Amino acid sequence: MNFAIVVHGAPYSSEACLSALKFAKAVLASGHSINRVFFYHDGVHTANNQIAPPQDEAPVSEQWQEFGVGNNIELIACIASCLRRGILDETEADRYEKSGSNLAPGFTISGLGQLIDASINADRVVTFGV
Amino acid sequence: MSTILFVFSRPPHGSINAQEGLDALLMGSAFTTCSVLFVGDGLMQLASGQSTDDLGTKNFSLGFGALKDYGVTRIACSKPDLVARGLNKDDFLIEVESLNAAGMQALIHDHDKVLNF
Repeated sequence: MNFAIVVHGAPYSSEACLSALKFAKAVLASGHSINRVFFYHDGVHTANNQIAPPQDEAPVSEQWQEFGVGNNIELIACIASCLRRGILDETEADRYEKSGSNLAPGFTISGLGQLIDASINADRVVTFGV
Repeated sequence: MSTILFVFSRPPHGSINAQEGLDALLMGSAFTTCSVLFVGDGLMQLASGQSTDDLGTKNFSLGFGALKDYGVTRIACSKPDLVARGLNKDDFLIEVESLNAAGMQALIHDHDKVLNF
């Protein structure tokens, strides 16, 4: 079965982000597939490469990066949500004349159409956090 | 092509969930057949006469007027939640059908995917 996974919660503020990662790993471990992970709302904070958690807390963003890159799964962060929250790739940082970009490796900034496309084409959509 | 039901359950202000939910609904209806169901405090999103002047936030409720133009198929709300909040459909910005539990169950069942906001 093919899953689309949607993450609405920010790492450390919400359990949703880590629960989604555990679910995504379980999906693959069970022999299913994931067509895309879409980060929306505060979920886009996961894509911030400037997060520096305490050493005794899980590096949630890096764990997502490893998962996405290691399994060749798209990690898409919504552009409208990102811009509001200061998550910028180099293109957007240049466009809005900001001092720097902070999009973590393995993540891509793209539009809401990617959420709809993933939802349409998956057998199941599972959303974490509201 | 998959049909999508959007379920809106959050109040319009206090968080950005409702506003970003509406954005997703409008995008969805450009791609495929979409409907929307308002439940719980999500019904407050539809209240007419909203003003955000004193909040300093965007009055996105005006965007609900575009749902028909975007081809959103069914616009529905929970009848029990409507009654519980002392609202009636005349209080709303747009025309909405109210559904009892069985009607909501059927609406969810009629769609391939559900996105919650």
